[in-house]
Amino acid sequence: MYPIHLAEVFDYFLSMLNNFIRFLGNDTGGNMRLIILDTSQSVGKWAAKYVVKRINDFQPGPNKYFVLGLPTGSTPLGMYRELIEFHKQGKVSFQFVKTFNMDEYVGLPRDHAESYHYFMWHNFFKHIDIEPKNVHILDGNAADLVAECNQFEQQIKEAGGVELFIGGIGPDGHIAFNEPGSSLVSRTRVKTLAQDTLEANARFFDNDMSKVPKQALTVGVGTVMDSNEVMILITGAHKAFALYKAIEEGVNHMWTVSAFQQHANTLMICDEDATLELRVKTVKYFKSLMDVHSKLIEQQKTT
Amino acid sequence: MASCSGDSRLIQFFNCRLVRDHRLVEEDLWVRNGKIINPEPIFFDERCKAHTLINCEGAIIAPGYIDLQINGKLQGVQKVARGLVKSGVTSFCPTLVTSPNDTYHTILPRIPMHTDRGAGVLGVHVEGPFINPQKKGAHPEHCIQSIDNGLETLCETYGSLERIKIITLAPEQVKELAVISELVEAGIVVSLGHSMASLSDGERAVQHGASLITHLFNAMLPFHHRDPGLVGLLASDAIPADRTVYFGIIADGVHTHPAALRIAYRTHCQGLILVTDAISALGLEDGIHHIGQLPLEVKQGKAFVAGSDTLCGSIAPMDECCSQVFAIEAASLHPARCLRIEAEKGTLDFGSDADFIFLNDELEVLATWIGGVCVHAK
Repeated sequence: MYPIHLAEVFDYFLSMLNNFIRFLGNDTGGNMRLIILDTSQSVGKWAAKYVVKRINDFQPGPNKYFVLGLPTGSTPLGMYRELIEFHKQGKVSFQFVKTFNMDEYVGLPRDHAESYHYFMWHNFFKHIDIEPKNVHILDGNAADLVAECNQFEQQIKEAGGVELFIGGIGPDGHIAFNEPGSSLVSRTRVKTLAQDTLEANARFFDNDMSKVPKQALTVGVGTVMDSNEVMILITGAHKAFALYKAIEEGVNHMWTVSAFQQHANTLMICDEDATLELRVKTVKYFKSLMDVHSKLIEQQKTT
Repeated sequence: MASCSGDSRLIQFFNCRLVRDHRLVEEDLWVRNGKIINPEPIFFDERCKAHTLINCEGAIIAPGYIDLQINGKLQGVQKVARGLVKSGVTSFCPTLVTSPNDTYHTILPRIPMHTDRGAGVLGVHVEGPFINPQKKGAHPEHCIQSIDNGLETLCETYGSLERIKIITLAPEQVKELAVISELVEAGIVVSLGHSMASLSDGERAVQHGASLITHLFNAMLPFHHRDPGLVGLLASDAIPADRTVYFGIIADGVHTHPAALRIAYRTHCQGLILVTDAISALGLEDGIHHIGQLPLEVKQGKAFVAGSDTLCGSIAPMDECCSQVFAIEAASLHPARCLRIEAEKGTLDFGSDADFIFLNDELEVLATWIGGVCVHAK
């Protein structure tokens, strides 16, 4: 809807300018960095390299764990595959890494093919050297779900907070299960899933709506905002509009990923297809910064 | 949360390909307390890592072979059991050929049911004495009998049925076929062999519970297009729907022509069980040796009844009979199913006994593990 009063017209254009100004300025601290790569495979590879560099630069040890927030889904899958490869090549160890996953379905057996425990075990944990007790995934079968969520928040606190939280983005701009309308200061809690999500998930449950989980446990937007750095992976044309809403429009609880405009250290990695709804000027600007952004993963040589 | 400490070592085999779901998958194998276990609850519930990691260097891990027919000096079962592991056999049925009643009475109770670092004994396979004299092969004719009084005759002959797992008999030597159902109920597998039975004789026996054919093609009537004989059981429509008829086949290229093997495979592959019918002559030199009641002569890798042309069991170790994932299953999963022990043996499924072998791409045995302990390594 276009504003019709003059004052509102000025406000409107001013907010657009503000959003754009946020992209200018240097790329160290207090800036959102957008890395645009060719394909979704490149996104997975780049993200993995960044994680490896961050862990190694951090020099974790028995008294200094690297705390990682982790997502599930097809985009991060590529990143996990690359991380496993790097681990097998001896380039990274997860011995002093603690992990906190973003979400898990309520009521799904842990060994169900669609549970996030299943995803994380088969696609990541069983291939690396992480200590089982350092892995935290919300238990969707806990007797007291609220207590489970509160305990999760407590465990993050006890771990010293999350150093790097990795996430994806839904087509409706949600992060984890923080669906449109979620509070931007929310914490880990039980969420009832939106109809859109249920329909999108039906294909994994034999297209039988009665089998699709109706609720999930999820970290809140506020939980992720507390971390030292946020890295969002966005691939595919179907995410393009969400990316546009997340970075070229204002902070809005209908597009919860937009909250990270207010985080001091946000890194967004996307492929060409995901930029389809962005302004050409935005895309060109960030592409011109690729030289600088490449330095973020410089120590990892490609093999 | 269970404790990670204690003497139950958790072993993780990595860098390997497992025979699972009828194909080769790149997965790790986890073993504890002599069983193959699911690592997922270990990770999430027990929060344990493996105590021992073993790099398999790309080897194939297959369930240990199960041989249903191995002859040998019954006094030397322990020795045979230890020798078998080199060929990848982790469980077997020591086989006793047609013998006088006294022999059964004295030898059967003395057969060890547990072996020390050798292949496990699943029970004895008594091949005879209820066979047809016209198809005796290398069995002594004077010991051949018929089952005239059902279980009574069996107990008279064998003494006790306790250690018996498989009985090979000729159905035409059995007066009342009902005894077959009684044997099956007692947990014994009834196998048809050394017989002149027609197809309908065989079908009747199967309907009463017989579920195995002993060395298909050998010591039975040859396939005939108007009466297929026991061979016809592979394509018979008189088999009860919920049952599978298994057949042992000696695939050494000597007992069975490869084309005959292929015909059997193409007709009824899910019933195919590889056996060696190996004798204690496994690896023996040329010359005269003794098996059961008869002397045998090993000539150029083949064993004959001394002074005749009758073939006398193959001396090919199991691993020379196998050639692919199916072959692996024909030597492990199928015999396990036949003996109804597939919950513990014959697979790498979670909860089964940790009896498995490492194979290279040529399916040569590199190592053998029984109950989670390595009993042989090249």
